[in-house]
Amino acid sequence: MPTTYIKAIRDAMFEEMKRDENVFILGEDVGILGGAFKATDGFLKEFGPERVIDTPIAESLIVGAAIGAAVLGMRPIAEIQFADFISCAYDQIINMAATLRYRHGGGAQVPMVIRGPSGAGVHGGLFHSQNPESYFLSVPGLKMVAPATAYDAKGLLKAAIRDDDPVLFFEHKYLYRRIQEELPEEDYIVPLGKAAVRREGSDMTFITYSSMLYPSLTAAERLEKEDGLRVEVIDLRSLRPLDWETLFGSVRKTNKVVIIHEDRRTGGIGGEIAARLAEECFDSLDGPIVRVASEDTHYAFSPPLEEFILPNVDKILAKARALAAY
Amino acid sequence: MEMKEDQELYFYLKLTREFEDRVSKLHLQGKILGGVYSGKGQEAIVVGVCYGLQREDFICPIHRDMGAFLVKGVDPKRLMAQLFGKKTGLSKGKDSFLHAGDLERGIFGATSMLASTLPVAAGAALKFRMRKEPHVAIAFFGEGASSRGDFHETLNFAGIHKLPVIFVCENNFYAYSTPQNAQMAVEDVAIRAEGYGFKGAVCSGNDLHAVMRTAHAAIDRARHGEGPTLIECKTYRYHGHSEHDQPFYRPKEELIEWESRDPIQRFEIYLEKKGYNVDQMKAETEKQIKEIVDEAVQFAEESPYPEGKEAMEDLYANPF
Repeated sequence: MPTTYIKAIRDAMFEEMKRDENVFILGEDVGILGGAFKATDGFLKEFGPERVIDTPIAESLIVGAAIGAAVLGMRPIAEIQFADFISCAYDQIINMAATLRYRHGGGAQVPMVIRGPSGAGVHGGLFHSQNPESYFLSVPGLKMVAPATAYDAKGLLKAAIRDDDPVLFFEHKYLYRRIQEELPEEDYIVPLGKAAVRREGSDMTFITYSSMLYPSLTAAERLEKEDGLRVEVIDLRSLRPLDWETLFGSVRKTNKVVIIHEDRRTGGIGGEIAARLAEECFDSLDGPIVRVASEDTHYAFSPPLEEFILPNVDKILAKARALAAY
Repeated sequence: MEMKEDQELYFYLKLTREFEDRVSKLHLQGKILGGVYSGKGQEAIVVGVCYGLQREDFICPIHRDMGAFLVKGVDPKRLMAQLFGKKTGLSKGKDSFLHAGDLERGIFGATSMLASTLPVAAGAALKFRMRKEPHVAIAFFGEGASSRGDFHETLNFAGIHKLPVIFVCENNFYAYSTPQNAQMAVEDVAIRAEGYGFKGAVCSGNDLHAVMRTAHAAIDRARHGEGPTLIECKTYRYHGHSEHDQPFYRPKEELIEWESRDPIQRFEIYLEKKGYNVDQMKAETEKQIKEIVDEAVQFAEESPYPEGKEAMEDLYANPF
């Protein structure tokens, strides 16, 4: 039976909690309710209130307490009910957790995962649609992943739980029940820091992650059919560490790059990727590095507004065709 | 036993003061850079709370809590090297002053965001409870930090779960320059505990025995599953917020008044009443401490700085 993206996340946590008694979950409504999106459905019954902790509405406490338990060897999963609310825990993440190993001279670590449902496209409005990854991009000491498939959601979450550094796990809520696939019966992980080439090509590279993988793949197929262009599509999966080798290799082969993400254009990871590609692969480029990203505004609620803001297949096609003309 | 305890307590009070006085002097001489935050006048709080703790007990000291590091057994040499920004310091030069910990001794390194270690202490206490370990977590903070959300979020959570955590508020009446009456509309921070369902206690932070009685009762309750306590120790810092700060904002009489309640002098009076030869004890202790501090300074001065490229180390378990 195929597994949905949200079920893959649930299974990853369930299996890790079975495997390692140091793993526990804390967050708002994770226990009795089983999570606002049912990511921890049935956990309270299986693991009890000691390991599935319903917290007050106190994000800074949720993350800070996870840090305290993690430095003593536990492997907490802190759930932020909507990734937007992570702003309330910002200090704990960027100052407390991110500098922890560093300020202890390597003598301490925070094996912790912070999960948050991110992303737009579900009529969430300003405070239930954000993609907070750019708020954390410049902070060393953190790792960050954003899976696009059910297979990766499960494998990356398991890898994140087993990792010895704090990992931000941004799962896209649009994908929760819209995608599914057959997953292996046996235990597996997807290593942090490795991108996946979802489609091979030689004329152009699409670099994307999370929910934008799907419009990117659709656009790539149409470009092949309608324009005879063979587009390589790379799914970053991990935003930190970032798999530069895979990106450099692809760009040196295709010579043209479009970066697609749902995070806003200004300050989004696309800018950093573009700059680095320009530095490392300048001689290979046959055109400008272009970006398709959310408009530099807030994630507005009304359907025409949201549609205007978010990237889609047509916007990707337009940018890619203009680039192809170079 | 009691004699040994009296001597040890006296030693730690004096060590903390002499160590900090030397640090202030080294700062004036330009040998210690960056922010230096003296806890002079407040020594009895950390010494009283930390004395007798187990190695695994988890403490979260703040910038004025030099004594916590010393009582918990950190080598004064490494501590001084930390202040010098040397490679042999606790953070290997990564940060200054007390933004470093020593987890092997149960000391968690703070950040500059005051009250932010309170949630961490609650998390440590949660771990002790989950693992049924008989340890406690202790978070120190000033009355200034009690205005932050982390304070309230944490006390609320600790109250709900009856966590083995002790919150020690060192109320020195000023958050940098801001007096208590501009920070809160209540007299005692300790009464806030009631709003979170557990006990608050007020004691003199300049009376070592009062601190010990209050703290040890709270620690004992926490160890036996009876939940958290908020302890407020009223005290006074002799110096400014940092060594750069000339505290013109405080009336002179206030300092003079508090100096007359000096925690170390007070302990010496106690020793005298108990029949110790205090003059001799003082001379011997000071001689012993001078050697320790001299050695620490020498060690720090002779230690190498880290190399520039070490700035890229200790970011992750496995560098990428």
